[in-house]
Amino acid sequence: MITFSKEQLKIPKMSRDVYLVTAGESEFRRAFPEKRQEELAIDALTMAAELIGTTPAKLKKFIHTCYYGYFADHFGDQLLGEAVIHDRLGLDPLGNVGIKTGGATGGSALWEAVKAVASGYSDCTLALGWERMDEVPTDEGNNYIACAADKDWETPMGHIYTGYYAVMAQRYWQIFGKSEPSFRETMAKIAVKNRGYAIHNPFAQGPMKITVKDVLESPIVAYPLRALDCCLMSVGSACCIVADKKTAYKLTDDPLLVHVGAGSHSLRVADRRDMQIPLLPHETKEQYADLGKRFPGGDRYPGFSGFLAARMACHYAYGMAGVKDPTKDLDFVELHDAFTISDIQSYEDVGIRPYGEGRTYVESGDCYVINPKTKKPGKLPANPSGGLIGCMHAVGATGLMQVCECGLHLWKKHADIHGSEARWRSFGKKKPRNWQDLTIKGAKRALAISHAGVGSHVTATIVERPEARLKGGK
Amino acid sequence: MAATKKTASKKFVEPRVKVVNGQYKVSGNFHRIIPNTPIYNEKNKLCGVTNPRELTHIHSYGGEAIFFESVPKGKLMGAQCVNPDCEFPGTIWIPFRSCCADCLTRNKPVDITKVAQETGTVHSFMVTERTGAFNTLEIPIKFINVEFTHPNIDTILMGYLSYGEPEIGMRVVPIFKKKNPTFTITDLSWVPLGTPKSKLPKDFSF
Ligand SMILES: [Zn+2]
Repeated sequence: MITFSKEQLKIPKMSRDVYLVTAGESEFRRAFPEKRQEELAIDALTMAAELIGTTPAKLKKFIHTCYYGYFADHFGDQLLGEAVIHDRLGLDPLGNVGIKTGGATGGSALWEAVKAVASGYSDCTLALGWERMDEVPTDEGNNYIACAADKDWETPMGHIYTGYYAVMAQRYWQIFGKSEPSFRETMAKIAVKNRGYAIHNPFAQGPMKITVKDVLESPIVAYPLRALDCCLMSVGSACCIVADKKTAYKLTDDPLLVHVGAGSHSLRVADRRDMQIPLLPHETKEQYADLGKRFPGGDRYPGFSGFLAARMACHYAYGMAGVKDPTKDLDFVELHDAFTISDIQSYEDVGIRPYGEGRTYVESGDCYVINPKTKKPGKLPANPSGGLIGCMHAVGATGLMQVCECGLHLWKKHADIHGSEARWRSFGKKKPRNWQDLTIKGAKRALAISHAGVGSHVTATIVERPEARLKGGK
Repeated sequence: MAATKKTASKKFVEPRVKVVNGQYKVSGNFHRIIPNTPIYNEKNKLCGVTNPRELTHIHSYGGEAIFFESVPKGKLMGAQCVNPDCEFPGTIWIPFRSCCADCLTRNKPVDITKVAQETGTVHSFMVTERTGAFNTLEIPIKFINVEFTHPNIDTILMGYLSYGEPEIGMRVVPIFKKKNPTFTITDLSWVPLGTPKSKLPKDFSF
């Protein structure tokens, strides 16, 4: 049984507070045959500047170091892509570094940017991420993604990452979903919700008005996962600007506090040894004593059904922010919905529901902006951006897009940005006639989860309005 | 352009590598030059170019080589921690690793073929029709994760089933590509306990 030391579990204590000053994102698409990567990065940085009423040139004068995230050199066929982007953004001779943690790359880039400010090295930093996934055909793209699995022990088997992932989904589906048609429908509801939310997001790649039946009848990718259960493959860019208090208030009168925690687990699921469930502040050991009885086969942790990295990232981030119970303390979340089933698994890892009971977050209606059962605001809406299933998964940008979207709600700019006719037009789209304002009214605190593959890296980012700071935060 | 054409039309010789005196000695063609082509949009405006290439990498198995060498010999090797001061002394690592992840001392290779034959059980599985480029396995691929019952083994090996339909809890036994081995993990496969020899894929045996 693996255990962790007190030193390893220490809640990080930053030397000073770090603020999210602004953020931006490009449009996301499956392909941009007539745009280079840096044009999309410039779109994201320009939006960040405009959001605080300045220009990119003026904003750049405050930036001291830069943290760039893109998942794979292979996709862009360019080593040291961070140097290309850094130059094209005109940020030389500032120190910069590339961050690579698979699907968690965006979150990890922000993690580094925040620590640089907290340490005092920099007063203002840029975290910017992107991915270019359109320059190889899909099967070669799948091979590249599979290269992020273990090259000797996994990749030669099919060169298909979905397969390595889907064995976890299968185990969760059979043990905790009990292979029930009702559980399958709950999974489908997530796809319907997130693709539906994407309809109102001008940046989104995959808006779709679909039904549970459509999801259940979409082609099987790896049973029980079907095509509409899976996230998008995207091209695009997103960024965040963070700063210390003094610099943040120089740039804007409305910065947000930001806390980032990070966790990891073995690259190969094969290597995950049995351990006790690390508890979050609102959980007790007793509540899991009979987990194996309620869900036969479910007593092995994290086994194939839990993501230890996500749990650890939340342990650190909740500790830093003073979050005791995520459902009570957070106003909404942007989760890494790579697949509908992994979304359900995440509800448990991040403590929105206890292990084994993730499905009830959807079934209760708590995860909706407007709970379809009560017609009232959902208790803790998830992925109003559309998430990875509806908005995008341009890997290195994803974690930053999520934080950008969280910021828009907390800054009360969400309706303006998402509802702007001009923005829809600038992307060559028509603002939908039935456009809805999905702003989470009165939101003070949000969580974004950035997650790599089968859970090798996960970051948890909490952004909050400074006046609503929780007691007990570090 | 003329030079490119000349190089491209040369006869391709299969790339080979030997280790001599601690150095790689290579022969044959490790890459092929293929001319690039322009990409236009429907208005005949240039958008970009293709960047073709074909190349061979060299890769060292290092301390794990014994695992990949043993599979075509019909042996499944684990790696055991022999450090008595380790937090978890005696751990058998499978997937094989050269050093113990807990204490970082060099592991000792141990034959766990019998454990696999007698206790291999499907922990989870997935059947998929989709593959990435360069796949060499038969479609659909039936991924399985194999659990072993042994006091020192706490990990669950990933593999693929070569016969029958997988289900959680199914007893499986290893099969080995003893003929024409690739010396990759695909030389190791699994079949349900009791599968007759006649049903094994070409070049594989128990
Ligand atoms: Zn050891």
